[in-house]
Amino acid sequence: MKWEVVIGLETHTQLGTAAKIFSGASTAFGAAPNSQATAVDLALPGVLPVLNKGAVDRAIRFGLAVDGTINQRSVFARKNYFYPDLPKGYQISQFEIPIVAGGSLAIVTPQGEKTVNLTRAHLEEDAGKSLHEDFHGMSGIDLNRAGTPLLEIVSEPEMRSAVEAVAYAKTLRGLVRWIGISDGNMQQGSFRCDANVSVRPAGATQLGTRCEIKNLNSFRFLEKAIDFEVRRQIELIEDGGTVVQETRLYDPDRDETRSMRSKEDAQDYRYFPDPDLPPLIIDDAWIARIRVELPELPAAMRTRWATQYGLSAYDAAALTTSRELAAYFEDAVAALPTSGSADAKTLANWVLGEVAASVNRAEIEMQEVPVSAAQLARLIARIGDATISAKMAKDVFGSMWAGEHGGDADAIIAAKGLAQISDAAAIEAIVEEVIHANAATVADYKAGRMKAFNSLVGQVMQASQGKANPVQVQAALQRRLAQYGWPINGRDDPDGAKS
Amino acid sequence: MLTGTIAELAQALRAKRFSCVELTTDVLHRVGRAQPVLNTFITIDAEGAIAQARVADNALLRGDAGPLTGIPIAHKDILMTAGLKTTCGSRMLAQFVAPYDAFVVAGLREAGTVLIGKTNMDEFAMGSSNETSWFGPVRNPWNTDYVPGGSSGGSAAAVAARLLPATTGTDTGGSIRQPAALTGVCGLKPTYGSCSRYGLVAFASSLDQAGPFAQTAEDCGVMLNAMAGHDARDSTSLPRPREDYTRLLRENAGAMPLTGMRIGLPKEYFGEGIDSDVASAMQAALAEFRQLGATMVDVELPHANLSVPVYYVIAPAEASSNLSRFDGVRYGHRAEHYDGLSDMYKKTRAQGFGDEVKRRILVGTYVLSHGYYDAYYLKAQQVRRLIADDFTRAYQRCDVIMGPTVPTPAFKLGDKIDDPVQMYLNDMFTIAANLTGAPAISIPCGFDNTGVPIGLQIQGHYFSEANLLRVAHRFQQATNWHLRSPAEFLRHVSGETVTS
Repeated sequence: MKWEVVIGLETHTQLGTAAKIFSGASTAFGAAPNSQATAVDLALPGVLPVLNKGAVDRAIRFGLAVDGTINQRSVFARKNYFYPDLPKGYQISQFEIPIVAGGSLAIVTPQGEKTVNLTRAHLEEDAGKSLHEDFHGMSGIDLNRAGTPLLEIVSEPEMRSAVEAVAYAKTLRGLVRWIGISDGNMQQGSFRCDANVSVRPAGATQLGTRCEIKNLNSFRFLEKAIDFEVRRQIELIEDGGTVVQETRLYDPDRDETRSMRSKEDAQDYRYFPDPDLPPLIIDDAWIARIRVELPELPAAMRTRWATQYGLSAYDAAALTTSRELAAYFEDAVAALPTSGSADAKTLANWVLGEVAASVNRAEIEMQEVPVSAAQLARLIARIGDATISAKMAKDVFGSMWAGEHGGDADAIIAAKGLAQISDAAAIEAIVEEVIHANAATVADYKAGRMKAFNSLVGQVMQASQGKANPVQVQAALQRRLAQYGWPINGRDDPDGAKS
Repeated sequence: MLTGTIAELAQALRAKRFSCVELTTDVLHRVGRAQPVLNTFITIDAEGAIAQARVADNALLRGDAGPLTGIPIAHKDILMTAGLKTTCGSRMLAQFVAPYDAFVVAGLREAGTVLIGKTNMDEFAMGSSNETSWFGPVRNPWNTDYVPGGSSGGSAAAVAARLLPATTGTDTGGSIRQPAALTGVCGLKPTYGSCSRYGLVAFASSLDQAGPFAQTAEDCGVMLNAMAGHDARDSTSLPRPREDYTRLLRENAGAMPLTGMRIGLPKEYFGEGIDSDVASAMQAALAEFRQLGATMVDVELPHANLSVPVYYVIAPAEASSNLSRFDGVRYGHRAEHYDGLSDMYKKTRAQGFGDEVKRRILVGTYVLSHGYYDAYYLKAQQVRRLIADDFTRAYQRCDVIMGPTVPTPAFKLGDKIDDPVQMYLNDMFTIAANLTGAPAISIPCGFDNTGVPIGLQIQGHYFSEANLLRVAHRFQQATNWHLRSPAEFLRHVSGETVTS
């Protein structure tokens, strides 16, 4: 039987406010345990939550970025359960009325573009951390993270493969970083995904029973966990079993998901509106203020680049994975002396190729790239106007990266004498020289050996120290050999000779 | 015996008739003598009180004294007091020392009051008789076989026994007004949001409000002036400018100072179930108000009879969540022996909470649970709105609403403790003000045939505290119910015989 995979993601994004969502404590990562917990975070008797408007700003920014509806009246609710790292015995979240409803996210996979609809995004506070090691049979509680603002973003179950789920997660992470609401740091837990996975016979309209895989904190784990879970569910059904709705955990060491708790064990969270917090009212002016602050969004940029520079959807998507990368590309394009799309495409290839590879090798951030966008543009211009070949440009780029001659491409080309010889007279003089110095090879060519032509090209290039324009060299050689009365043998066309 | 109203004591202190240290020493002496009989206090801070009294004496000496400088007070033990135990009358917090001051505590501290200690109360403010306290019941100074009401029983009894001129309480369903009525003192519940709840250990967050106890309406106003105000740490605190709640008391009043005042009388407050002595006291009080120039208007509160059931859904629901933080993990009681986390929770909470608290946590958990939420909690919130609408409509026809604070006077210890429903009915007239958020005051207006006091409740629309205090003040200028004190008990406290 053919199976269809159905995936929805719930993503907890830590909002980058300096203070927690309901207390003034710092949200900085990595401080000594419990050093960033105020009376409110400790849930001492008598303390009360006060909403951090910075968290609301960021939620609105997200809602606008995904073209969702900003609910101008949303309600904080208490989600009640007991756990030592949940000091109040309830988590303040939003339940019936979230701050953002709907919206969508355009993702690009090798299979093409797709729009994933969002169900909602709501504000909530994070819990603390339970530490089960190093306490001699006891557990340690660190409440530094308790009260950290989170935006939980819930997608519709519209992804059909692990690859799509990863593309969604990557696009979403790119977006929250793009609009500056989160650092999206997955290692530090600032961006965590829960995946709801089910399978159904292809063509079925009803959803299969889903399992929720919790706390996937890398794209690789997300993909592997979904792949495992899909295989598990299909095998289970094909063996005559049924999928039980449950929460599962992914174990990266064994590459498998394991049952954590079944639906029967599911807690009744007894949600009710938090009487300590009045409904959150957001007026038009608040939304308008956030809208003005919003940068051009990656999706809009991709569309613009496709028409303006003729970039493919895939390249445009790759260039808009981060605002820094996109800005680098855009700055470089602006610095190009020509406005043609040919150079822009070359530039895109360079940014995604040479620049990205160098960034990865050096393990640095885009902001730290030693070659400025303008400098890169000048290099690309030299390829475009045939001053240097693409191959030489890579060497020049290496020198620029190393900071030689202030990273100036022209200075490096001049200093190293790398400028391509495109002067027809100069090339013909070298051709002339080579023909005379290689009578035997010319004879071979006369005898119809096309290899001999390539050899002559090589000789000319060598004589010019690689600087002669290879296209001009070939044309000049052909012309000159013909003039000398040795017509090109019709058996091999010149194009074949080149290859 | 250095007793009197705030106004009298403040004047005496200024006139140097006695120092604040002398006053405080006298208060501590009487508090100590009363304690074995009444059990009004959970914590008495003699040392701290004397130190504060010295500070007050210096201020008085400098001529830098406000209306509350040097006035000895006590806080209900549900208000956080930095450095002092704050137990909420519970084993759960029996050893808990507050690390900070509640907003109202800080306000009264800054006003120069001298904090004598923390008063006894029903556990986590759940009770109407002060019998649910882990620290034992409080007794009514008018008759020590009787309860003082609750949950702020200690604070009410302390003022009634003239141990202190004023104390604080909190009122979630009547916990200031009901004990005020049962002990013959004044107790004011302000408009929700007037006094920040920061540092008030939450019972039912949407209902809780702190307020004062005192002998007179005027003193209640002086206390409220120091307790009210906006506080950014409480999101339900109202951003209103400070006001002088005593401002209408100084108006030049003629012989009929309440001329033009329309008093609303809901028939629901004068029907079945009202004790006959209470009913007579009401009629006498209303006659007095007529004498003062007020007119009577019949009003309807058709949903009034739903107040108790609505309250006993909403309050336990919020309490069940609010009390979740008492889990033995970070502070408070933790069971000594347990086997794993779940067992620690169960034993800690089973030991830490008393029966009434457990009853309400169970009810609250039930009404919020999946499948019952709509039928109970949501429905209760809808009816709550209807009740509020009743009052808004009534206030189009009248300025204040009057009736008995409690349908029956004080009862004997043990009489109702095993019958929660009978106990809950004590709050049938007080609960509405908490559900709507409007202010209400209880003032003494008589005694029943056994000699225990009867309270008159005056309710008003939102932010009408100053007017409520004016109405009560004019009544008190014309009557002397508020000046009556339990003479026999006072003789015991000041005198030689020890009867406990």
